[in-house]
Amino acid sequence: MSAEALLVRMRDVRFAYGEREVLRGIDLTVRRGQVVAIMGGSGCGKTTLLRLIGGQIRASSGRVEVDGRDVGEMGADALYAMRRRMGMLFQFGALFTDMSVFDNVAFPLREHTDLPASLVRDLVLMKLQAVGLRGAATLMPAELSGGMARRVALARAVALDPMLVLYDEPFAGLDPISLGIIGQLIRRLNDALGASTIMVTHDVHESLEIVDYVYFVSEGRIVAQGTPDEIRASSDPFVHQFVHAEADGPVPFHYPAAPMASLLEGGGA
Amino acid sequence: MMSRTTLDLWVGVFVALGCAALIFLAMKVGNFTGLNGAQLYSVEAPFDNIGGLKVRAPVKSAGVLVGRVADIRFDAETYRAVVRLDLDTRYAFPRDTIATILTSGLLGEQYVGLEPGADVDELKQGDRIQITQSAVVLEKLIGQFMFNKAAETPVQQ
Amino acid sequence: MNGVTRVLRQLGAMTINGVWRLGFATRFLLMILWYSGQSFRRLHLTIREIYFSGVLSLLIILVSGLFVGLVLGLQGYETLQRYGSSDALGVLVALSLVRELGPVVAGLLFASRAGSAVTAEIGLMKTTEQLKAMDMMAVNPIARVVAPRFWGGVLSMPLLAAMFSAMGVFGGWLIGVVFIGVDDGAFWSQMQAAVDFRNDVLNGVIKSVVFGVAVSLIAVFEGYDCVPTAEGVSRAITRTVVSSALAILALDFVLTSFMFRGQ
Repeated sequence: MSAEALLVRMRDVRFAYGEREVLRGIDLTVRRGQVVAIMGGSGCGKTTLLRLIGGQIRASSGRVEVDGRDVGEMGADALYAMRRRMGMLFQFGALFTDMSVFDNVAFPLREHTDLPASLVRDLVLMKLQAVGLRGAATLMPAELSGGMARRVALARAVALDPMLVLYDEPFAGLDPISLGIIGQLIRRLNDALGASTIMVTHDVHESLEIVDYVYFVSEGRIVAQGTPDEIRASSDPFVHQFVHAEADGPVPFHYPAAPMASLLEGGGA
Repeated sequence: MMSRTTLDLWVGVFVALGCAALIFLAMKVGNFTGLNGAQLYSVEAPFDNIGGLKVRAPVKSAGVLVGRVADIRFDAETYRAVVRLDLDTRYAFPRDTIATILTSGLLGEQYVGLEPGADVDELKQGDRIQITQSAVVLEKLIGQFMFNKAAETPVQQ
Repeated sequence: MNGVTRVLRQLGAMTINGVWRLGFATRFLLMILWYSGQSFRRLHLTIREIYFSGVLSLLIILVSGLFVGLVLGLQGYETLQRYGSSDALGVLVALSLVRELGPVVAGLLFASRAGSAVTAEIGLMKTTEQLKAMDMMAVNPIARVVAPRFWGGVLSMPLLAAMFSAMGVFGGWLIGVVFIGVDDGAFWSQMQAAVDFRNDVLNGVIKSVVFGVAVSLIAVFEGYDCVPTAEGVSRAITRTVVSSALAILALDFVLTSFMFRGQ
C-alpha cells in the first residue's frame, strides 16, 4: 500500500511517564477513509496513543506521522495548523459551559475562519442537523443529557470538516439508545467527510459493528490486530478473554498477592 | 449569557464611574488645580540658614501660591545654601524682591515668602535674588529672648 | 530528634516548592504578556472580563468604601477633637484613604470576590478538559481564556480603588459634617491643602495598579495550575485569596517605603 494512502503511521513508538514505561514499541497504521478502534484494558496506554497523535505529548523514541509529517518534530505553529485539520471528541464532551450549544459548535468556525455570520449560522445548523440536535441549538450545556452533550461535542469536532477524527471513549457511560446513535454517527460522518477515524474504547460490541480494523493494546504493546471478523474468530487468549468478557485469563482476576493458604496458616492458633 | 450590547453598556458605566472617582479625587480632594501644567521660570536665592525648608515647599507672595522650591544645594565657596525657585510665568517680580523663609502656622511646614521691591526691572530666568532672610531657628530665638530678659533685669543695688 | 529533622525537611521542601512556583508564575506572566495581543485586538473578550471582575465587584466596593469612610470619620473625630483639631478631619480621612486604605482594602476585597471567581472558572475549565479541548482545536487557551481575565482584573482594580476612596471621603464627610457638625468649608479646604495630587493621589493609583497585577496574576495562575479535581479547585481558590492578601500587604510595605519616605 502506498505511503499516500496512510494517514497515520506510528513506528516503534515508546513513551514513559517519568520512570514508568507506558508504551513499549508500538507499530500501527491508519489508512485514509478507515475507521480504526484501539482497544485494551484500563491503563494500558490507549489514551496516550491518542495524545501522541494529537501532538499533546512527545514520544520518547520512534516516529508518529500524520499525513506524512512527523508530529513530534513540529513547532507550535505547525502543530496548530495540523490540529485545524483534526477533530477530537473528549470523553465527557468538554463543551464550553458558558456558551450555548450553537456557540460551542460555532467556536472553531469563528476562531479559524473569516466566514460571515450568516454562513457560520448555516454551517452550524447543518452540523447540528447531522447529529440530530438542530432543535437544541439555543440550550446551554448544563441542560443537556450525557448523550446529547456528546453529540454536540461531536458536531463541534467535525465543524471544520477534518481529515482525521479522534474519539476518546465515545461510548463510556451511555444508555443503549445513545450507544447505537453515537456508533452510527461515527461511521456515517467518517464516510461522509471522507476522513479517517481513530477510536479508543473498551466497548467491544458497539465497536466491532462499525470499525474496519482493530488494534489490541496490552501492557504497552500491540498484542493482536485484525478486521472485526478476524477478531471475533480469533483464538488468541487475550482477545478471546476481552471479546467474550471472561473474568479470568491473560488479564488475571486476582491482584498479585501471597497465596490465601499462607494467610490462614499464619493467623491460626 | 448576557448579550454583548448590555455587557458593553455596563462596562462603559463602570469605566465612567471609575474615571469620575479619579477626577473627584484629583480635583476636590487633592490640589490638582495648583501649579500643574503651568509654565515656570527659575530664579536662585542664597540663604544663610534654610531651617527646615524642603524641596517642593510652596513659594508664596501675599499668602498666594506662586511657585515651588525646585532644588536646594550647598555652595562650598560662600558656605551658604542656594535655593532654586520655580515661579509661575504669570507672575513677574521686581529684581529687588526679598525672599524670606517663613513658617506656616506656629509649628507648620516652612515655605518661601516673596516680598516685592520697587525696581523697574524684573527677575528673569536664571537671575539671583539679592536680599534674603534666613529661617528663624528656634534655639537662637530662645537664646536671644533669655539674653534680652537678663539685660532688662535691673542690677541689684 | 527525628521529629525536628522531619519538620526542617518539610520546611525546606516548602521553601523550594515556593521558589519553584514563583519562578513558574513569572514565566506564566511572561507567557500571558506574549499572548496578550488577542485580548486587545478582540476587545470584547477583555470587556466581558472587566464586567465579571469589575462591574460585579462594584456593590461590595462601594458599600465597604462607605462604611470605612464612616468609621474613619467617627474614630477620627473622636481623637482629633480632643486636641481641638476637628477641622483636620477631612485631611485625616482623605490621606488615610487615598494613600493606604483605598488601594489595600479594595485590593483585598477584589481578591476575595473577583480573584476567587476567576480561579474557580479557570480551574473548572481545566477539570472538565475544556482547556485541553480548546488546545486540540488549535486555539491557544492562554490567549483566549487566561490573558483576557488577567487584563480584565488589571484594568478594573485602579478604578475600583478610586471609587472606594471617593466613597470613603463621602462617608467621612457624611459623618463629620452632616451628622457631627464639623465645618464644611474647613473639611474641604484643609483637605485640599494637605492632599497633593502627585504625591498622594497618583501614588495611590500606582499602588492599586501594582496590586491589580499581583492579584490578577495569582488568580489566573492558581486556576491554570490547579489539580484538575473538585478538591484541587477548592484548594486553588483558597490559595488565591490567601496569597493575594499576603502579596498586597507585602507590596504595600515596599511601595510605601519608596513613596512616602522623608515626607
